[in-house]
Amino acid sequence: MWKYFAPLVIFGLFFLVLKVGMDDIREGKNVNELPSPLIDKQAPQFELPSVTDPSATVGTNDFAGKPVVLNVWATWCVGCRQEHGFLMELAESGDVPVYGLNWRDTQPEAQGFLQQLGDPYVGSAFDGDGRVGIDWGVYGAPETFLIGADGTILVKHLGPLNWPLWREKFVPHLGPAEASR
Amino acid sequence: MKALLSVLTLLMLALPAFAVDSEEALDDPELQARYEDIVEQVRCLKCQNQTIKDSNAFLAGDLRREIKRMLVEGYTDDEIFDFLVTRYGDFALYNPRFSGKTLVLWIVPALFLLGGAFVLLNIIRRRMALPIDDAED
Repeated sequence: MWKYFAPLVIFGLFFLVLKVGMDDIREGKNVNELPSPLIDKQAPQFELPSVTDPSATVGTNDFAGKPVVLNVWATWCVGCRQEHGFLMELAESGDVPVYGLNWRDTQPEAQGFLQQLGDPYVGSAFDGDGRVGIDWGVYGAPETFLIGADGTILVKHLGPLNWPLWREKFVPHLGPAEASR
Repeated sequence: MKALLSVLTLLMLALPAFAVDSEEALDDPELQARYEDIVEQVRCLKCQNQTIKDSNAFLAGDLRREIKRMLVEGYTDDEIFDFLVTRYGDFALYNPRFSGKTLVLWIVPALFLLGGAFVLLNIIRRRMALPIDDAED
């Protein structure tokens, strides 16, 4: 009996595996996105010079006690330009402070970018050689992290952000005070 | 003509020598050997089917530099792989570690092998049970 059903079962299994993969692509999921081992871990500490103010620093100490967004960006990154409008709106809404990690860039170019397109960041840390990026498991800008009030990483998103993605992935991790939109 | 041909042949032979990693080798040949061994086993996550040895993405260069620094500072190979896995996950290694999350990767091939052996055994047993009838051969 099993002789007749075995091929059917094997076919069914293959079908399911392929269907799961195809559904992800059809739904427009980013299939290059990898689960970050840093989720629910303490955010790696850093303290770097600020992009906009050479005398100041930006670092994890600034995050303390409140949920913040850390956005990894660069002037050479196309996706960063795509999401820039969204970041400006998010910063304006005042729901969560947005910090930047300017990854693998030069300071003059980064300053020019913010002057031209607007600066959504409370502060942007300058990581020119990508050393802090390694600690955060950054592998392609733009990447966006949500860090909880207790300093743990709650969400990591790869690729340009927008309001629908924000509501789907980030808002559920925010308290009622920050989730007004 | 002959000279041209031999030059072209030589050029073809030289192709594999275009390396991505153009930085200086480490002074200590033993460290350099370990370095070359490690960079062949680490995946560049930006360009997911290349090792960081073959990739010229920013990230691959940064990781090569970081691995070099750690080797010089006396970290063991295992500590370097740990460093990468805690930041980038199991996917960063081409030879993933045996853990709860990678269990499936390691177990499934063994299951397939066992399944094949089971089928083979069944076929052999059935044939053994057949009467030996080779009078016509």
